[in-house]
Amino acid sequence: MHKESKGSKAVKVLLIGVSVLFVFLMLVLPLITVIAEAFKQGFKVYAEAVADKYTIKAMLLTVEATVFAVAVNTVFGLFAAWLITKFRFKGKKLLSTLIDLPVTVSPIIAGLIFVLTFGRQSPIYPYLEAADIKIVFAVPGIILATIFVTFPFISRELIPVLEAQGTDEEEAAALMGAKGFTIFTKITFPHIKWAFLYGIVLCAARAMGEFGAVSVLSGHLRGKTNTLPLHVEILFNEFKYVPAFAVSSILVMMAVIILIARSVVEYIGKRESENVR
Amino acid sequence: MKKANKRVIPGFGLSMGVTVSVLSIVVLIPLASLAVFTANMSISEIIGTITRARVLASFKVSFVTALIASLINAVMGVVLAWVLVRYDFPFKRLLDGMIELPFALPTAVAGISLTSLTADTGLIGGFFARFGVKIAYTRIGITVAMVFIGIPFVVRAVQPVLEKLDGSYEEAAVTLGADRGRIFREIIFPEICPAVFTGFGLALGRCIGEYGSVVFIAGNQPFETEITPLIIMSELQEYDYASASAIALVMLAASFLILFSVNLIQVKNAKILKGGN
Repeated sequence: MHKESKGSKAVKVLLIGVSVLFVFLMLVLPLITVIAEAFKQGFKVYAEAVADKYTIKAMLLTVEATVFAVAVNTVFGLFAAWLITKFRFKGKKLLSTLIDLPVTVSPIIAGLIFVLTFGRQSPIYPYLEAADIKIVFAVPGIILATIFVTFPFISRELIPVLEAQGTDEEEAAALMGAKGFTIFTKITFPHIKWAFLYGIVLCAARAMGEFGAVSVLSGHLRGKTNTLPLHVEILFNEFKYVPAFAVSSILVMMAVIILIARSVVEYIGKRESENVR
Repeated sequence: MKKANKRVIPGFGLSMGVTVSVLSIVVLIPLASLAVFTANMSISEIIGTITRARVLASFKVSFVTALIASLINAVMGVVLAWVLVRYDFPFKRLLDGMIELPFALPTAVAGISLTSLTADTGLIGGFFARFGVKIAYTRIGITVAMVFIGIPFVVRAVQPVLEKLDGSYEEAAVTLGADRGRIFREIIFPEICPAVFTGFGLALGRCIGEYGSVVFIAGNQPFETEITPLIIMSELQEYDYASASAIALVMLAASFLILFSVNLIQVKNAKILKGGN
């Protein structure tokens, strides 16, 4: 970089100062608050809140919904990214807009549309009832809503990487007689593996933290249809602040792990793409 | 690319099939059920619902707070992106990683944490209370929560554009004697402008629909601090699906309009990113 004048150094210090202050007040402090409030009455109270029967049940449901969402969106993301980046066809733009749609829909509306589709007033409700399938105010609804809100998370990470890579290598392999699966595992996947991992991390993060959509579809039955974020809400609204923050701290730990995983994945991915060059 | 060899790569049919069917089940059919449901309502019924004084007030609260928060984010996002791209300082990677926190932290956790921080008894709330400024349970609180969830959108939109910016124009401008303010206004800002708008639009869309982090800090006073997603939620709890759907329709229209504008700008932005080298 070129030499800095005195004035530009002052600007630099000022801008860094403002940035650090902003990040500290808006992002770091809320994080510290959760931990501080959780341990306010000592470790024993904290441990009790975390080991509570309903907390454990909520945690299991959260894990279940997250696993389903990641699995469905992984399969979808790989096929969708392959379709959009390796072929040319009519309606491609429309398709990618539709895939991105769920992130712009308010979580409350995401919940609402599933209530309208599978709820009591829906035309298919009698059939569901006859087959004894409960979706709304039950676990399947929670899983569906979680899949919806994280829908484009994996495909969105894969598409730019695949687009930059082009189709030459796959075309060459196909002309030499390689099968689709071989082409994908030998040629395409090595290019996208870090973006793919990052997509899974993002998807898992959002899935376990989803609140609004899940809140609409959950019957708020403790021990049955309560996820961790919903459990936090119930505790907080009952003025049980310490347990609420204790349960939150579990989610904070997961969030921090996700942030670290993201940094690691990004760092390794960057280094590898530089080595290839 | 020649049109003749567009289907050399295998898997078009399969990936088209998987993509379209999963998309239909998870996104299109549920969204369509909202359209079907509202199509059965009369226009006057819909208009009657969305022009209720309390609903109109919620539109105003949601839109004004989201707009202010997104403007703050546009400014702070550019500052943060600038600091992260142009300067080197200790713990820069940590700062960079923290930006992603609002994506990783569940919204309900962010909500209760920000609430306890900015309530009169909290660290920040207590400080401002001495000057007679209340944050939690006011529109200021809603704005704070929206700044929290919106900030990564702008930073992550502007960062890559700043990284690709060709330094030779700036150097030429310095040689020709332009001061820093003028360089920023006339050389850098026009280049990052589309990215800033993209980030602003994405943040605005997210803020308008946000529920989890806002609902705790808002206080939810009708006409004062009641946001639109909360109104939809309470209609749903009273099983008034017609009103919920009518209000949801307005919100969906607003967010699609925002998405559409962002897409228009992104097309322009992509050209800049590609032409960067």
